[in-house]
Amino acid sequence: MRAWLRWVILAMFALYFFGPLASMLDFSTRTASGGRSAAAWRALVTNGQVLAAIGQSLLLCVTTVVLMLLLLLPTMIWVRLRLPRLNRLVEFLCLLPLTIPALVIVVGINGVYAWVNYFFGYSPVVLTFAYVVLVLPYAYRSLDASLSALDVTTLAEAARSLGAGWFTVIVRVVVPNLGAGILSAGFISVALVLGEYTFSSLLNYQTLPVVIALFGKSDSHISVAASLGTILFATLLLLLLSFAGRRSLGRKGA
Amino acid sequence: MRRTRSLVPLVGVLPFFAYLVLFLLIPTVVVIVGAFQEGGGFSLSNIRALGDATTLEALRNSVVLSGSTAVIGGLLGALLAAVIASAPERSLLRRAVLALSGSLAQTGGVTLAFAWLATIGLGGTLTTMIQNALSLDITGNGWLYAMPGLILVYCYFQIPLMVLVFLPAVDGLRPQWREAAQTLGASRLQYLTQVAVPLLRPAFLGSLLLLFANAFAAYATAAALVSQGSPILPLMIRAALTSEVVLGQQHLAYAIALEMIVVVALIMVAYALLLRRSSRWMR
Repeated sequence: MRAWLRWVILAMFALYFFGPLASMLDFSTRTASGGRSAAAWRALVTNGQVLAAIGQSLLLCVTTVVLMLLLLLPTMIWVRLRLPRLNRLVEFLCLLPLTIPALVIVVGINGVYAWVNYFFGYSPVVLTFAYVVLVLPYAYRSLDASLSALDVTTLAEAARSLGAGWFTVIVRVVVPNLGAGILSAGFISVALVLGEYTFSSLLNYQTLPVVIALFGKSDSHISVAASLGTILFATLLLLLLSFAGRRSLGRKGA
Repeated sequence: MRRTRSLVPLVGVLPFFAYLVLFLLIPTVVVIVGAFQEGGGFSLSNIRALGDATTLEALRNSVVLSGSTAVIGGLLGALLAAVIASAPERSLLRRAVLALSGSLAQTGGVTLAFAWLATIGLGGTLTTMIQNALSLDITGNGWLYAMPGLILVYCYFQIPLMVLVFLPAVDGLRPQWREAAQTLGASRLQYLTQVAVPLLRPAFLGSLLLLFANAFAAYATAAALVSQGSPILPLMIRAALTSEVVLGQQHLAYAIALEMIVVVALIMVAYALLLRRSSRWMR
């Protein structure tokens, strides 16, 4: 492709992608009289409801990543080491949420959540359980790529022959070698959880996207500011990830 | 003896399977079974309700929305992926495009709805600019809050998703193939139409299916954008779930949810088959 044509195409895409983002910055700082004001952005850190929702969503990011890793990492390593025949089944189950829309899970999850609420109360943190299922396909792919780049069996055999138990093998030998995969699984999960609306809105929990949608009716400047903040935060996270994850990508390509 | 020993490792995967049974399989089974029940017994009334004019219209709209944004997003996303692919893997341009794509495709719908509301909604930046320059009102009859608006806003996450899923296929085109074609006297156009396009076709079609399923299952964007009426299936489910006027709509929600599973599952099976074909040369 000729260089000038490439730049023309890139410029048009830049206009399409950055136009709405620039509009958001403009809209969120514009006042009714035509002046400028940072009130909407200040509200993100002063408005109690918005602040609580931001805290809630960030907390959900942390709990989801932790539970996802606790559930997925030992299982995936264990299956590779001891139950390779189950590998396809685990992969199928992890990718299943791509085929079953989140909306469908919400519709059917009332009964399960009655028990969850019975045991864990009505705190929004219980959304973690559903979010882990939501991030499963993406987390699985990241961890799988990282695990495939590693000779897990040899590592485990070496550690076992030196007297390590299975717990030591998984936690102290294999997991420390999966840094890039864990990082990428975590960041993608954070990006997904930050914007998750289907579960939280239909199960009536006030996470950030729910509050953003709520403010759309009364003070849309705050909604737009919070939306732009979310998009920029997620983009920055993924940009950082691309620098951190480079080493593992290089190894995979080799 | 040997039998019991071989069962012991299975204990290690029990928590994972139990978790998925609770939070993925039970909800799905509840939906599937519930779709065939009414008033505590077996009934086909909710399945029959899928044939109602309003539900069929919603299905049609959902398919039109998913299909059109898959094609538009697929073509434009593939173009962007092709441009990005020629940039070095570690260039800032490539990283920035991928990061923004990931953010737009995965950080979900509500924020994207507000991005376009701030641009071409009431009092939006572009609306105001055009109003001032041409005294033209582009928000006319609220098209942004209906099907045309949904198509526009869905493309804002479909194009980035296409970049993410299609770039690996473009990267998989080896420079040696282009060199081989050129050595044999092929022109740039001939290489494109007779080598690159046929090689990328399965991956492209597969990506289109993925985009279709993605749009078909999406809820947040439409929910944030459309507050009146239920033009598409996910919004009909919302109406059935949150309806306080008519009780017993729960089972209609199950039936529509089942319809969504069936459509998305068919698409994903076709996707898996295509992927198998394209992955043959992509190693």
